Amino acid sequence: MNEALRWLLDLPEQRSSIARSIDYLHYSVIIATFAGVFVVALATVIFVVKYRRRDDRPTPRIVAPRWLEALVIGGLLSLFVMWWVIGFGQYRTIETAPDDAMPVYVTAKQWMWKFAYPSGPTSTDVLTVPVGRPVKLIMSSRDVIHSFFVPAFRVKQDVVPGRATTLWFTATAPGTYDLECSQYCGTRHSFMRGQVVALSPDDFARWLDASEPDHFAGKGGGHGLAARGREVAAEHGCFRCHTIDGGPSIGPTWLGAFGRRRPLTSGGSVLVDEDYITESMMDPLAKIAAGFQPVMPTYQGAIQPADTAAIVELIRSLRDVPPSHEQLAPTKPVVMP
Amino acid sequence: MTDYLRAKRGIRSWLGTLDHKRIALMYFCAVTIALILGGAFAMLLRTKLLISGPGIMEPLTYNRLFTWHGVTMVFMFLIPSIPAVFGNFMLPIMIGAKDLAFPRINLASFYVYCVGVAFTLWAMIHGGADTGWTFYTPYSTTSPTDVAPITIGVFILGVSSIMTGLNFIATTHMLRVRGMRWMDMPLFVWAIYATSIIQVIATPVLGLSVTLVALDHSLGMGLFDPSLGGDPVLFQHLFWFYSHPAVYIMILPAMGVITEIAATFSHKNILSYKAVAFSSLGIAFVGFLTWGHHMFVAGISQLDAAIFGIMSMFVAIFSAIKVFTWVGTLYKGSIWLSAPMLFFFVFIYLFVFGGMTGIAVATTSLDVHWHDTYFVIAHFHFIMVGASVSAFLAAAHYWFPKMFGRMYPEKLGVLSAVGVFAGFNLTFVPQFLLGNAGMPRRYYSYPDRYHVLNVCSTLGAYLLGGVMLFTLLYLIISLFKGKPAPANPWASRCFEWRVPSPPPEENFEQPLDLSLGCYEYDRE
Amino acid sequence: MSSQYDSIARQHATARVGMWLFLSSESLLFAGLIALFTAYRLSYPTAFHAAAEHANVVLGTINTYVLLTSSLTVALALASTERGRRRATVVWLLVSIALGATFDVLKIVEYAQHLHDGFAPGHYFTATTLPHGAVLYFTLYYLLTGLHALHVTAGIIVLAYLAVRARHGAFTPESHVVLECGALYWHLVDLVWIFLWPMLYLLR
Repeated sequence: MNEALRWLLDLPEQRSSIARSIDYLHYSVIIATFAGVFVVALATVIFVVKYRRRDDRPTPRIVAPRWLEALVIGGLLSLFVMWWVIGFGQYRTIETAPDDAMPVYVTAKQWMWKFAYPSGPTSTDVLTVPVGRPVKLIMSSRDVIHSFFVPAFRVKQDVVPGRATTLWFTATAPGTYDLECSQYCGTRHSFMRGQVVALSPDDFARWLDASEPDHFAGKGGGHGLAARGREVAAEHGCFRCHTIDGGPSIGPTWLGAFGRRRPLTSGGSVLVDEDYITESMMDPLAKIAAGFQPVMPTYQGAIQPADTAAIVELIRSLRDVPPSHEQLAPTKPVVMP
Repeated sequence: MTDYLRAKRGIRSWLGTLDHKRIALMYFCAVTIALILGGAFAMLLRTKLLISGPGIMEPLTYNRLFTWHGVTMVFMFLIPSIPAVFGNFMLPIMIGAKDLAFPRINLASFYVYCVGVAFTLWAMIHGGADTGWTFYTPYSTTSPTDVAPITIGVFILGVSSIMTGLNFIATTHMLRVRGMRWMDMPLFVWAIYATSIIQVIATPVLGLSVTLVALDHSLGMGLFDPSLGGDPVLFQHLFWFYSHPAVYIMILPAMGVITEIAATFSHKNILSYKAVAFSSLGIAFVGFLTWGHHMFVAGISQLDAAIFGIMSMFVAIFSAIKVFTWVGTLYKGSIWLSAPMLFFFVFIYLFVFGGMTGIAVATTSLDVHWHDTYFVIAHFHFIMVGASVSAFLAAAHYWFPKMFGRMYPEKLGVLSAVGVFAGFNLTFVPQFLLGNAGMPRRYYSYPDRYHVLNVCSTLGAYLLGGVMLFTLLYLIISLFKGKPAPANPWASRCFEWRVPSPPPEENFEQPLDLSLGCYEYDRE
Repeated sequence: MSSQYDSIARQHATARVGMWLFLSSESLLFAGLIALFTAYRLSYPTAFHAAAEHANVVLGTINTYVLLTSSLTVALALASTERGRRRATVVWLLVSIALGATFDVLKIVEYAQHLHDGFAPGHYFTATTLPHGAVLYFTLYYLLTGLHALHVTAGIIVLAYLAVRARHGAFTPESHVVLECGALYWHLVDLVWIFLWPMLYLLR
């Protein structure tokens, strides 16, 4: 039944963990659509045949009874609301990445996709992912709005300049799937296509090993995006105000910051995640961590999205070490190499 | 008393006329030209898509063409089409008035429209925009093409639209014939009234958002430029605050036409007058609260997605109750299957299908897959072409005898309705499937697996285009050769059929008699 | 009287309805920009706070008084017409025009000062000491007050036209709907400023 409907509706294969349940909802809506058209068509045809005009004589005045109108409204509304409830539930699943998802940093630009893995490898237009493991894409654009769309996974997310958007999926079968830019982005929009290659976990591990970390490899020893992040942070002078060993400074330490909630000067708190870190670089004064001064300059336009990703990854790599309480408090500036 | 067509002679008596009927006819010519132009752009686009790779034109040319197609069809044709032509002509007659409240503003709105069209066409020749009719930032503010002139053209067209809407609201409030209550008005008037509210309230925000794009592109205001801290998604909010209600500007008048045709050709009262009247107002107001459903994957919060999702479901109910009422009106009627009535069926089938696919894309999780694919294109065209253009053709046939005093050839009208239905489905049903398969919109080239469906769609478009030209041709011939029309060829009870065809210059020889209501078919 | 109306009173009432509809459309134009200002203010509270420190509160407040007074004088012009005093009508309209022109002149002074300090809109902004996002405050400041100043200027032209008509005795105590609509327009311009003044100058 699933296969027959999928074929009939020309839907791509269902190759992500969420694709099948979304298609089921799709079927229910399409079947209801055809049922609706059929009921209307049947009613009109019957009426046309039965009540075709024979003369211009008066017709009886008929007013829809209230209960019938209420029934139509109530029936259809409950159907629509049911779809909304189910659809929104699925939407929440699509929008909320699992905690153990493997991060990959995506930079979109006219007209190509660039992917960077925390352990170092990078690629253009081909995203390699393991089967059976959630993958979380942290995406940013260098120029205009793009949209990351993999039909076989039933996922799509706009990639917006100046902010980080995320998208996650779990591929369910090895294979090569089309990646398309679906938000109009200029002259060669329709050529901004790529592929998602899903490999079995073993193949993926081998691929990852074999992929020589290129320019993302750090100079100061160690490979990977986090090492690159350390370099970028040094270049941009981040360590003038931030430490990575838990030491106090002008700004909050990066050690153990990721994944925790941080109180804000304005009251309330914020979860330190990719979005917050990116926002803090682009718009530092929007959410000031409690106990710190609003002194950080913006790096909007001064730092490449790929480098932003590297810094985010550096901070993420420092997540597992919990800082002690006194280390959170700011003191005199300490210059770190 | 001489009729309005012959009351005065000479080109000046037309260009300077304050008669709403003559202004309506001038609008009729203008929007028909716009329709031909927008249709020609569509044919070029579809021809390109016959081949999957590079073909008869460059990508930039293609991108310009789909922008021009959208701008022409939305701002020059669909928005003014039914209100400015048939609303202009019929609304005063239907409420027993001699003219609109502000005849000079009516004429001015026509000339402002012409200036807007001329300006937009000049902008197109001058290099046009390649942004799509949605003008999304930051692409629109960094585009290599000249964006500002075309946005100014859109702004001018918006001014004309506001003038028309303002005139209709004032007329409906103040110029109803003595004794006509709101619930005595024909339902077409309600539809035009609700449309006008949207035009007056939403259009300034469109003018503002396209102006901001122009200021950014030409003068570097950078209000949505991320490097200055601007948020490109905020532009989308501003744009859709107008442009979602704008689709109701394009469909509400069509619903009004269809309601009139349902009553006339089934020779019966509308099943529920109040349901149709108030659902028009409901659409006008709730339609303002659904704009975010265009942005489910743009990076809005889940709460926003939930709110805009449920509001979209609510607004659909108003359309559903209208469909129920139209179908119910046929029950125990005396149905005459003439050309306008066939267009009524074309409208109603395509509208139900298009509307239900609207519910489908309003379902948040499904929209994630469909957003920005041909599925949305197909849905949109089902409502805008399948429903609105069908209603435009229905109105053109239904009111043809009244407007011109001549009959159109009935058999050709039937042929046209059947041809439109066939051509339309062949064009747009494949596009639903293309959307399901994942083909994004605004694609100049596409993977080969989308090829067959694209060819089907293009062939359908040729058929549809051919039928439209054929329809235009026989309607033009009928202007001169058609049989003289009686005052009421359809045995309708509605008020406009109680004046001679074509109507005299001041519409009524004696005041409109309200003793028989416009939907009272239960007595002679 | 146009033939579609059954009385002159009806025609005048319709003109008023039309004017109110036009004003509602106009106010939505400003509402869109005000919504944009609000959205950005919520995104950049500190930057907007810092930027608003540089607003010229003195000039802004003087302009508020100027514009409010002009609304009063326009109302007085209308009242004079209702009492049949043609001369007073013309004089009050001229006073209103003068006040409107004063507003525009002060606005230009304010702009010149801001531009001199580097607080130019968009990509011309050079006041780098202000935090990120402050430029949006100034861009919106120019757009909002610029659009408003455009309306003031249009209003001055309307008032001038009314003054000429009034001098030729076009308005009688019984029939002066054009004057009334012109006055309504001027009051809208005034009302918009009543929103802009606290939003741009006072809100910190």
